[in-house]
Amino acid sequence: MDLFEYQGKDFFARYGVPTSTGELVRDPDSAVAAARRVGFPAVIKAQVQVGGRGKAGGVKLVRDEAEAREVATAILGMDIKGHTVHKIWVEHASDIAREYYVSFTLDRGVKQYLCLLSSEGGVEIEEVAKTNPDAIARVHIDPLEGLTEDEAARAVSAAGIDEASRTGVAKVLLQLYQAFVEGDADLVEVNPLIVKTDGQVHALDAKVTLDDSASYRHPEWDAYRADMELDGREALARSKGLNYIGLDGAVGIIANGAGLAMATLDVVSQAGGRAANFLDLGGGAGADAMANALEVINTDEKVQSVLVNIFGGITRCDEVAKGIQEALDRVELTFPMVIRLDGTNAKEGHAILEELLSDKIRVEETMVGAARAAVELAKKGER
Amino acid sequence: MSIFVDENTKVIVQGLTGNQGRFHGLRNRDYGTKVVAGVTPGKAGTDVDGIPVYDSVKEAAAATGATASFIVVPPRFAADAIIEAAAAGISFVVCITEFIPAKDEAMVASVLRRNYPGTRLLGPNCPGIISPGRCNIGITSGDIALPGGPVGIVSRSGTLTYQALYELSQKGVGQTTCVGIGGDPVPGTNFIDCLAAFEADPETKAVLMIGEIGGEEEEKAAAFIKEHITKPVVAYVAGVTAPPGRKMGHAGAIVSGGHGTAQGKMDALREAGVVVAVNPTEAGDRMVEIVERL
Repeated sequence: MDLFEYQGKDFFARYGVPTSTGELVRDPDSAVAAARRVGFPAVIKAQVQVGGRGKAGGVKLVRDEAEAREVATAILGMDIKGHTVHKIWVEHASDIAREYYVSFTLDRGVKQYLCLLSSEGGVEIEEVAKTNPDAIARVHIDPLEGLTEDEAARAVSAAGIDEASRTGVAKVLLQLYQAFVEGDADLVEVNPLIVKTDGQVHALDAKVTLDDSASYRHPEWDAYRADMELDGREALARSKGLNYIGLDGAVGIIANGAGLAMATLDVVSQAGGRAANFLDLGGGAGADAMANALEVINTDEKVQSVLVNIFGGITRCDEVAKGIQEALDRVELTFPMVIRLDGTNAKEGHAILEELLSDKIRVEETMVGAARAAVELAKKGER
Repeated sequence: MSIFVDENTKVIVQGLTGNQGRFHGLRNRDYGTKVVAGVTPGKAGTDVDGIPVYDSVKEAAAATGATASFIVVPPRFAADAIIEAAAAGISFVVCITEFIPAKDEAMVASVLRRNYPGTRLLGPNCPGIISPGRCNIGITSGDIALPGGPVGIVSRSGTLTYQALYELSQKGVGQTTCVGIGGDPVPGTNFIDCLAAFEADPETKAVLMIGEIGGEEEEKAAAFIKEHITKPVVAYVAGVTAPPGRKMGHAGAIVSGGHGTAQGKMDALREAGVVVAVNPTEAGDRMVEIVERL
């Protein structure tokens, strides 16, 4: 789960990482009141889960109430790379002396945590990596040992952090590490980490991705989840326990297993079409999951045909076919459907599907053939 | 021969008394795998369809001489189960559990590396391993595999592992061993481990590799193939059309900051002399052509 900046700052605060206090608002009046409370000059920041919002005009300094109203009105409703701004964060403007960069992630290759720390903050870290790689310190952390004070101090000096700020930055590094580990985050990134003119070190931004698999030990995440802005269909799919991602093509996809679903997207594209979604039914592929999947895709008006691609492994094909049959009794199809069913007991499965065939439902032997048929139907736009 | 397991491998099932453990454990035994014991704390002295259950892996291993373990327990108990198996001297641990927190996986990797270098972990979140006709540990359906080789399969994705097995079996091409390494961020066994083992296995004549978007494992495998693999390799990488920044089901399957794209992986593999197919069916076809020429 990717957090919004305001949620990330709340997350940081739980682990003692210093951040600016501020207020989350949804309309210009509240923004003006909030700016008055945090004190001018204030900063108004669009809350969207996409990078580059500063360049897009989603972060602005305001010096008085009139400016606050004007800027809040402009930013609310703004489109930033396809994300509409519904919420803005208002905080007191910080007096910045220096800007650094810090992040913690898992380095899969070496199976250890990786801390990146750079003396060049406030800019894209990928750019720094290209133009001035020496400005980035990379520190691997063994999960069993954790980040020690000595290592934090070494990282700070290796990154060329200004001498006067080293103790303060090292301290925040340890706090962020604690947030990363105890908070079960996949990613913690602060850009910029600032030193204020009074010498205080402080996270000016917060980019946090939480590990969904660890939800069971973090009941406090429920509040974050409640605030997520999902595509309506994605929310519907999630509530039905389906793994769904909306895309922009016309061929609806239903498959079992993430890998097979990805491969189905690939063959649809090779057949000259575009998928309307990624949908993984999960292991079982029973009637309930199938009916739920059809219901979700039915609400997508872009969809002109649907491709059901199931490989029966543990779940035998005859069981899957019965599931499709039952699902079709429960859900009215608003698009033509192409089914490819293969694997254990494929023959028995096809015998059941035989009875379902109509002008709206057809069966194809192979994955590639099914993709071609679904793409052709989508192009006809029979819906 | 086969890699990692064979017809003599004795297997303990950790979690045998649970629904999933019972189902898959008994299926594995029905396939001919030597499933010799189950482990569930507090259930020692009972049995599951004749398979004795012990309180700990240590007791089960001592009583049966098992060297492999199949872990089918919920995510919150999985890390401890893996370490318990390693501490009891088990040399090959298969963990199919999905949704283990990444921090737990990283911690397990660290403990294994330091304290139990003799233990190989396969998974977590993987379908397991099957050496057709000899041994099946995990959730792969034995019906879709064909004994006799000569192809070794290694795959990051579950259903695509089955798809790959099926494509080859349908065309009469058998497999020596099929390893599902799983799609999690910290896999115990990676492509390179499997490629090296297949290279060393005289019965394996060619390798089919199924990758997917995210991470750098396929790129590393490509570099390894270029240097160390003399046998022909066919590869398919799923997710050419995946949008950046979205997780496609597996925790590992995400394209971020332009890294981990299917195209980049395919280019690296092609550059290493691998035959790269654009879908699983084509991968099967290419492999059949290679086997016919052997």
